[in-house]
Amino acid sequence: MARAEIETAPASRQASAAAARAPALAARGLGKHYGERAALVDVSFEVTVGELVAVIGPNGAGKTTLLSILAGIQPPDEGQIEVLDGDVGWVPQHAGVYSKLSVAENLRLFARLERVGDPDAVVARMLEQTGLADRAGDELSTLSGGNRQRVNVAIGLLADPAVLLADEPSSALDPRQRERLWEFIAQRRAGGTTVVYSTHNVQEAERHADRVLVLADGELLFTGTPRGLELEVGGSDLGFEAAFVRLLHAHGH
Amino acid sequence: MRWLLLKDLQILRRSPLLVALLVLYPVVVSLLIGFALSRGPDKPRVAFVNLVPPSANTISLGGENVDASRYASELFKSIEPVRLHSREAAIQKVRSGDALAALIIPSDITQKLSTGLESAQVEVIYNNEDPVKGRYVEQIINSRLADANAALSDKFKDIALQDIRLLLDGGDFELLGRTLHILGLRRTEAILAATLKTLPPGASQRRPLTEVRDFAGLAVSNLNLANDVLATVAQPVQVKRVALKGATTPLSSFAVAVAVAVSLMFVTVLLASGMLALEREEGAFTRLVRGLVSRAGLLAEKIGLAAACAFLVALVMLCGIALLAGLQWSRFPQWLVALAAGAVSFAALGVAIGGLAREVRAASLLGFLLSLPLAFLALVPSGAVSSGLYAVIRVVCALFPFKPTLQALDGALNDAGGLGLPVVHLLVLTVAFALLARLSLRRFAS
Repeated sequence: MARAEIETAPASRQASAAAARAPALAARGLGKHYGERAALVDVSFEVTVGELVAVIGPNGAGKTTLLSILAGIQPPDEGQIEVLDGDVGWVPQHAGVYSKLSVAENLRLFARLERVGDPDAVVARMLEQTGLADRAGDELSTLSGGNRQRVNVAIGLLADPAVLLADEPSSALDPRQRERLWEFIAQRRAGGTTVVYSTHNVQEAERHADRVLVLADGELLFTGTPRGLELEVGGSDLGFEAAFVRLLHAHGH
Repeated sequence: MRWLLLKDLQILRRSPLLVALLVLYPVVVSLLIGFALSRGPDKPRVAFVNLVPPSANTISLGGENVDASRYASELFKSIEPVRLHSREAAIQKVRSGDALAALIIPSDITQKLSTGLESAQVEVIYNNEDPVKGRYVEQIINSRLADANAALSDKFKDIALQDIRLLLDGGDFELLGRTLHILGLRRTEAILAATLKTLPPGASQRRPLTEVRDFAGLAVSNLNLANDVLATVAQPVQVKRVALKGATTPLSSFAVAVAVAVSLMFVTVLLASGMLALEREEGAFTRLVRGLVSRAGLLAEKIGLAAACAFLVALVMLCGIALLAGLQWSRFPQWLVALAAGAVSFAALGVAIGGLAREVRAASLLGFLLSLPLAFLALVPSGAVSSGLYAVIRVVCALFPFKPTLQALDGALNDAGGLGLPVVHLLVLTVAFALLARLSLRRFAS
């Protein structure tokens, strides 16, 4: 049921976003260096309202750097970022939560720090949406990796942001937990939230993205739909993963 | 920031081991220090073998009988004697650890003391397995033997002075059971002077009698100085103490300042570094600094929390010591100032360490590795090392908060050296370490 929603959502969302022609998030000429090493080189793209965009690339491609710059954790050396209403939610790769606090306490703490209107009501709603209401009083240290990640995502959504940025949100999850995570994200998308996430799992990007951004050694090699990537490298029957690898080879990576 | 503070307090409350440590630490340390300062040290057990027969305990010096056993009591002021009857038994006691050392008085000691021609010897046997303990016992026995020697020396001096007075003023003395009468130099001089007056001016006896009278007069004059000369011989060097620099803080009060400074340092540095490193270890740092809390605010919260906790811990500890060891309660406001300045400065050092470390355990290890040598260096006295090395130590100590905290506490507890300068020093260090921590937080986001 949820799968069907995810698969059908992109077309309708893209249509409405295209109609609005409003980029929820835009990066222009982003550059970042760590010493001599260039982590990002002149990266520019736009994400329209309600889009689900996956940032893919090999290890060390600059995915986390790009997302952390978009999230405002570190400044770019060059370029600028534009966000439609300035409200961006952030889900770090490793659950940024406190192990000694309970699920509800973690949510309440960040709701207060986010200065949401009614923290208790928001926490109750988020517990309901994440299906963690029965674990509200449990310390985070007692939760499974999947449940911790749900809390991690829930904290990113506490302020009901227009854009959610998630750094490899499913990397530590087993297939069942991953599926539940995507169901949850699909619900948020249905509510109009724009989602940009990074992953090194190209099948996941193929299944759960309207568009993909392919990064390698800090350069943006491709922006478009998964199908568009296959066509770009000249083989509609190649399969997405093979097309991705061929794209990297074509650019000398 | 208050939500962050509440969160950290919640986390602390849920770490029972840490809370127990924070509560028990000041109580235990203050009790230990209080008892140590309020009671003298226990006397070490020393095996004591006196091989002198009871009948030979008395020494005859210049016709006076001196009981040598009276001087042995000097030794027992600082040791608990375990009286034994043979050298072998004493060695066995030392070997088994029942006694720290053995002191053996040989049978010929009184005879040697009586003749005054040869130094008497005692034998000290101690176990040197533990060099610190061995040195402690050696020092105690040497010190007590020096006291006994000084007491015997005084006795010898008194007897010598009696003999000199007899020579000067004359009188009776016993020798081999007979009472002998000594004329004395003063009376000899007087008799000769009176005789010379009765002789005619050209008498042949006048010249030799005049020479003998002059000799007697010269001898009287010089022997009058004997008291001072013998006192000088008994104690050739006397010490006159003049303190040029620093306050005259009693050692026990300074020990309190050291104990409190060390406790304050460890509690604050470990808490501040650990709580900041925890933000990174839990992965929450990147969330917080995205506009929820400023980096400076985060540092201020950690410094405030660690300083407040350590301040309370150190204050409880200080009050405990004060109840047991009798510190000056009238200086309580100064205690608060010194503790607060030290706690804030140590907390700033702690967050600088926490900013450099990526994990709580690494931060704790770094905190220990840095704090311990700093405490040791701050206690190195001038003159104990070369002047160049001491200059380096002074500079290093000035760059970290331990030495100024110690000085502030010494000033606050003992009215020694003033409080103002160390407190200003600590505030400067607080700002410097807070800036360093702020710089080190750049690494957190990468």
